[in-house]
Amino acid sequence: MSLFVTELRRLAKRRLTRLLLVLLLVGLATVATAFSFSSHKLSPAAVAAAQAESDAQYRQSVQDWKRTVADCEAAQARGEQTEERFGPNCGKDYQPQPDMFDPKWNLPYQFDFRAEFPTFIAVFAGAVALFAFIVGASFVGAEWNTGGMMNLLLWRPRRLAVLGTKLAALLTTVLGVGVVLGALWTAAFWLIGTSRGTTAKMTAGAWRSIGLDGLRALALVLVVGAVAFALASLGRHTAMALGAAVALFAISEVGIRIAVGVLSVPFGDRYVLSTYAQSWFLKQAELFDYDTCEFARGACEPARYVVTWQQSALVFGIGAVAALVAAFWTMRRRDIS
Amino acid sequence: MSAVLEIEGLRKTYRSRKRGVRHALDGFDMQVEAGQVHGFLGPNGSGKTTTLRTLLGLIQPNGGRMAILGQELPRALPAVAGSVGAIVESPQFFPHFSARDTLGLLARAGELPARRVDEVLELVGLRDRAGERVKTYSLGMKQRLAVASALLKNPKLLILDEPANGLDPGGIREMRRLMRELAESGMTVVLSSHILGEIQLICDSVTIISLGRRVAYGPVDEVLAAHSQNAVRVRLEAVTDLPQAAETLTRSGIRVAATEADHLMLAGVDKPAVVSRLLAEQGLYVSELTPVAVDLESVFLELTATAPVPGQHRQVDQSAKVDQTGTAGGWGA
Ligand SMILES: Nc1ncnc2c1ncn2[C@@H]1O[C@H](COP(=O)(O)OP(=O)(O)OP(=O)(O)O)[C@@H](O)[C@H]1O
Ligand SMILES: [Mg+2]
Repeated sequence: MSLFVTELRRLAKRRLTRLLLVLLLVGLATVATAFSFSSHKLSPAAVAAAQAESDAQYRQSVQDWKRTVADCEAAQARGEQTEERFGPNCGKDYQPQPDMFDPKWNLPYQFDFRAEFPTFIAVFAGAVALFAFIVGASFVGAEWNTGGMMNLLLWRPRRLAVLGTKLAALLTTVLGVGVVLGALWTAAFWLIGTSRGTTAKMTAGAWRSIGLDGLRALALVLVVGAVAFALASLGRHTAMALGAAVALFAISEVGIRIAVGVLSVPFGDRYVLSTYAQSWFLKQAELFDYDTCEFARGACEPARYVVTWQQSALVFGIGAVAALVAAFWTMRRRDIS
Repeated sequence: MSAVLEIEGLRKTYRSRKRGVRHALDGFDMQVEAGQVHGFLGPNGSGKTTTLRTLLGLIQPNGGRMAILGQELPRALPAVAGSVGAIVESPQFFPHFSARDTLGLLARAGELPARRVDEVLELVGLRDRAGERVKTYSLGMKQRLAVASALLKNPKLLILDEPANGLDPGGIREMRRLMRELAESGMTVVLSSHILGEIQLICDSVTIISLGRRVAYGPVDEVLAAHSQNAVRVRLEAVTDLPQAAETLTRSGIRVAATEADHLMLAGVDKPAVVSRLLAEQGLYVSELTPVAVDLESVFLELTATAPVPGQHRQVDQSAKVDQTGTAGGWGA
């Protein structure tokens, strides 16, 4: 227990942790503030005005259409060629419809909490995951490469316990930061929703769905932190985790993309990591194979492949467990100098 | 007296695909009695740091037996860790923390009272600079911090690998006094150092290691006595005659231990008069012929066979190898 508290303090004392925390706060606050300006609360009067405007637009375009048809018919009566100017059948088939004039288009953007907050949960998770990655990697990486780990092992020779406690301290800190900032983030967007947007239809079910989104976001952040920690510990250097992450990104997002493209593997994106991140947030990611379509024969439903969030959980879970097992396994017997 | 530290037949082998096998420790033995200041000596690369790291559980031995305070290592390490304070070769600390923070975190991990931190800072003379970041410290200040971290636990066994590295003369003397005081208070100190004058002054006993094996051990005066080789210093009237004199003496079976710029050092001379006579016969006249009291440094150089030879550049790993079981030290053996 004393070691756990010590490690929490060590992490909190680090300048990098503090600096990144400030950056994270400033970054998230900036995004929320900037976004709040783009949303405008719609008064009933404004909605009515927009409705009236789109009704007027509809009537106007019906009038225009009628006149054009009349012109065309007049021309036909004079025996002129009309196909080129008015299209087939004088364009009679193209009568404007009311649903082509959505009043929304005459209104400024309004933030809809229920529909759009999940996207902002993903944005939040991305930012906190980056924080978790850098802090996690450098927490153990710097310890290794400045001799701090060795000093500590002279006091606490149980190596696995030491590494495990450090990991626990890291995850606790990241979780704490994630929960507190997540609550603030939710409050900020709720505020934007109530003051400059809409929070309509927030039923208990909608809240539960948002809660689950938040939990999945936190889980991803913790996994990222743990993997960064494991990689930096394996390589005994912060840069090792950063390098591995860059390599993984390059291989997965660029290398595999190109390879499956060249080999024209159907649903090649199912081998790309970001597909799984996407499905983790959206509960599923859909991949389409347009090669199965023969557009010459008209419209077509392309073949579909679905990556579920459970599959994502499996992929990320296996990755994290593998990295952690490797880190702890090497820690057990490696020579420390 | 009981042994605080016992090592028997310790082996550590480094394998490298390119260079083959290196026996850093090759059946090494060591005993340290309670309450002593024990010097741990050996040429560069002889295995001192490897021994201490192994003892502290930082590296895994390939064989042999170790015990601290009567407890078998590495099994009992968690139990004895609280009684062993150590610094290992050029200790490093997280550069952005202050000395006080660094020690504070260690004390907390070891469940020691925070007041102990200020006590050791005072002891090593860092009190007034304890709030500054370690990054800004000089070499000697870092070394003092390392000693402070080792003393923090108030250990029964204190292991210091080259603690004097980077200390100023005052600091070295203070360290010497500190070691003595600690030993008097009942602490056992194991001290690895290359400053043999220092070792001779403060140590009760020594172990000398060469190529991973013990070449000598025991109380300092016994080691000195066992190897006092009737050394004699010879000066001639003409410095230019020294090589000829060396040759003459060697031919007559007297060992020339060293040829210096202005004198020769001879070893194993029973009767200095013989030297005088041999040289006079060759028309070489002696201007000084002094029996030299043996010191630890010359014993060390002799035992490890690392005395410099004019015109040669001794390479590391060129040192005495004692025969033991047949396996040899060094690369590719
Ligand atoms: N990680 C390693 N891999 C390969 N060889 C090593 C390793 N660590 C140490 N050695 C070798 O083991 C031998 C003993 O090294 P050690 O550091 O114990 O010497 P030392 O007695 O402390 O020397 P010094 O007086 O220079 O500090 C050396 O030959 C060294 O090169
Ligand atoms: Mg050494």
